[in-house]
Amino acid sequence: METKLKTTTKVNVDHEEHHEEHHELGFIRKYIFSEDHKIIAKQFLITGIFWAVVGGLFSSLFRIQLGFPDLDLSALSPIIGNWLTPQGKIDAEVYLALITMHGTIMVFFVLTAGLSGTFSNFLIPLQVGARDMASGFLNMLSYWFFFLSSIVMFISIFVEGGPASGGWTIYPPLSALPQAVSGSGLGMTFWLISMAFFIVSALLGALNYITTVINLRTEGMTFFRMPLTIWAFFVTAILGVLSFPVLLSAALLLIMDRSFGTSFYLSDIYIAGEALANEGGSAILFQHLFWFLGHPEVYIVILPALGIASEVIATCSRKPIFGYKFMVYSILAIGGLSFVVWAHHMFISGMNPFLGSVFTVLTLIIAVPSAIKAFNYIATLWRGNIIFTPAMLFSIGLVSTFISGGVTGIFLGNSALDINLHDTYFVVAHFHIVMGVSAFFGLFAGVYHWFPKMFGRMMNNGLGYIHFWLTFIGSYLVFFPLHYIGMAGFPRRYYSFSTFQAGNIESFVDLNVFVSYAALITFAAQFILLFNFFYSMFRGKKASENPWRSNTLEWTTPVNPGHGNWVGPIPKVERWAYDYSKTGSKEDFIPQNIPYSKTPESNLPDDDQH
Amino acid sequence: MKSNVKILRMNPNIFITWIFIISISMIFVSLISAYIVKKGEPGGLIINLPNMFIYSTIVVVLSSLFKQIAYFSAKKDDLNKLNYFLFASILSGVSFLILQYFSWGELVNSGVFFVGHPDGSFIYVITGVHAFHLISGLIFIAIVLFKSSKLEVHSKNLNLIEMSTTYWHFLTGLWLYLYVTLYLYN
Repeated sequence: METKLKTTTKVNVDHEEHHEEHHELGFIRKYIFSEDHKIIAKQFLITGIFWAVVGGLFSSLFRIQLGFPDLDLSALSPIIGNWLTPQGKIDAEVYLALITMHGTIMVFFVLTAGLSGTFSNFLIPLQVGARDMASGFLNMLSYWFFFLSSIVMFISIFVEGGPASGGWTIYPPLSALPQAVSGSGLGMTFWLISMAFFIVSALLGALNYITTVINLRTEGMTFFRMPLTIWAFFVTAILGVLSFPVLLSAALLLIMDRSFGTSFYLSDIYIAGEALANEGGSAILFQHLFWFLGHPEVYIVILPALGIASEVIATCSRKPIFGYKFMVYSILAIGGLSFVVWAHHMFISGMNPFLGSVFTVLTLIIAVPSAIKAFNYIATLWRGNIIFTPAMLFSIGLVSTFISGGVTGIFLGNSALDINLHDTYFVVAHFHIVMGVSAFFGLFAGVYHWFPKMFGRMMNNGLGYIHFWLTFIGSYLVFFPLHYIGMAGFPRRYYSFSTFQAGNIESFVDLNVFVSYAALITFAAQFILLFNFFYSMFRGKKASENPWRSNTLEWTTPVNPGHGNWVGPIPKVERWAYDYSKTGSKEDFIPQNIPYSKTPESNLPDDDQH
Repeated sequence: MKSNVKILRMNPNIFITWIFIISISMIFVSLISAYIVKKGEPGGLIINLPNMFIYSTIVVVLSSLFKQIAYFSAKKDDLNKLNYFLFASILSGVSFLILQYFSWGELVNSGVFFVGHPDGSFIYVITGVHAFHLISGLIFIAIVLFKSSKLEVHSKNLNLIEMSTTYWHFLTGLWLYLYVTLYLYN
């Protein structure tokens, strides 16, 4: 152990020496194959933005089909020509491909890679006080595997037969048999290759995040002095390390079934009256493997957003986060529970009802830590000196959507109610609000809040407010009506509802039109953010070192931190991250690197607890 | 007041190795769980596990032993012995792979095919994925051997050989776990 300690110290010394003699890297090493966590974070962000636009475009297209099934889209044929039928409508199989790719892109490429990849990379070293990630090289590999995976997924949109179209959950046998749907041919192969690269990327990223948080914290940064962002990213990374390998096994067996003729997921299948040779497999096996990743995955998506919201809400309420330790324990509890609830996605797969009730109980227990977090956010806001920056608005928006989406989770987690609600638009409404919109709001909050640290300039607040209100109202208008459509029994993923008459189905057509208008407007509103983002990058007001008067360590770096983050030695941490509006203190914030000895006027008897 | 709290540090690369091992374990845990559930269903295959597995088990345990001796030699700066034993562990690792290949042949001869009932396919996939990881371990040891031939592995520079030894022992332990589970749930 002693030798190890010595080696580490030596490495650190080397790094500092290296930093002082500071030489400029060439363009390629600095911006493209960079090992600097800040550049890699920006690479993830830009790629994530690209995918968000693609995913949003796809959703606009299928919302057009759902809201206006008779609309003639021939005018778009120069762009999406072969996706249209001769009547100018979106082809039914293309529709399935669009929803599949929308789900895949949003869940994995935007809200996993774009969110965790950006903010874990950017904030972990800066907030724990490290020069860079534990392994800059692996970090760089992580981005380039993501890039490779993006390229393969993007190509898959244009291959013969179209992209994967079995839903983002790619259940076999639909996804295993090319005869089933044209997207299960080459498109599905590309999907699997792309996801294999994606998993490698996510694992390499997570390895780094965990190691950096555990091993590279600066002096004084104990676990219970870490900002909640770091806790959230840390637990997210642990979830990734434990769950993504399982998706890899699921994908591996699917590849075997598709390409080598094994029968892991296939049995007793007849196509056009002819029996396939496959025997003995089980399609349910795939569902178990998939959801063992799939459920932690939704927490991989939402936890970083919650972490970002914690930080922004405390800073912009000028109050310590309410119940810091309970926030930490809630994150840990959510992380732990996320591994034992996966079968609630499979209540109607023929599962033993007793097992269903076990998973119901476990699922409902997740409401406890989630509610603790929601209450703590509200208690933090309560009587705070709230400063409504765009980041703050989005964080409050996140609390709102997290609650209204979480409440419907209680309904869906119930195995008896789920018989009715399974695979209806109620589910779509639930998860879009609780993990889609909430995670996006966290992403937006993060971008608005840390933009000054990323690019040294401020984003335009006015545009931020317009963007927030359009997005916030728009998202509710899109997803709230979907609950009613779902309760009326509309199944998700259907191409069209206007061609069959059942009950009062027609009275919901208007609602679908309304939702489609709201979706198109909300999507259009995102271009305000895009404009603001790229315009402010070059023309925004110059930022100061600590524009939000925040406590965490990243704001002690120069406005444009170089490789190595701090010019001098790394600051020591002397207190927790939430000393806002402390009684007796002249300023309403005391950064983490200010020792208690310098603030005798505000010290409390129990300060050493933090 | 806790102003000068020291942070526990371990070499980050060694730590990364351990997390890497955990994530690999998850692949096998999921495959083995799927296999156990599959075997619990009625109407499965009755499979005679190849006898060759016994020999490959002995070989892979030996290989782990050689690797440990190599590590001790590096610690004592006995660089000749280090190279010999690194080479011996590579050699025994390769023999393990060859024996696994023969055991697949034995399976085929006993009528258990890769393409067929999943009970049989699982054995191929589980051993195959293990063999794949073993190849990555061999490449890792080859890198260590290359470095040690340039005198870069010694008692003052143990990180690399420590990482590869940990990984190699893990792969041996993993094989024992897989073998025992395949045997018990057959």
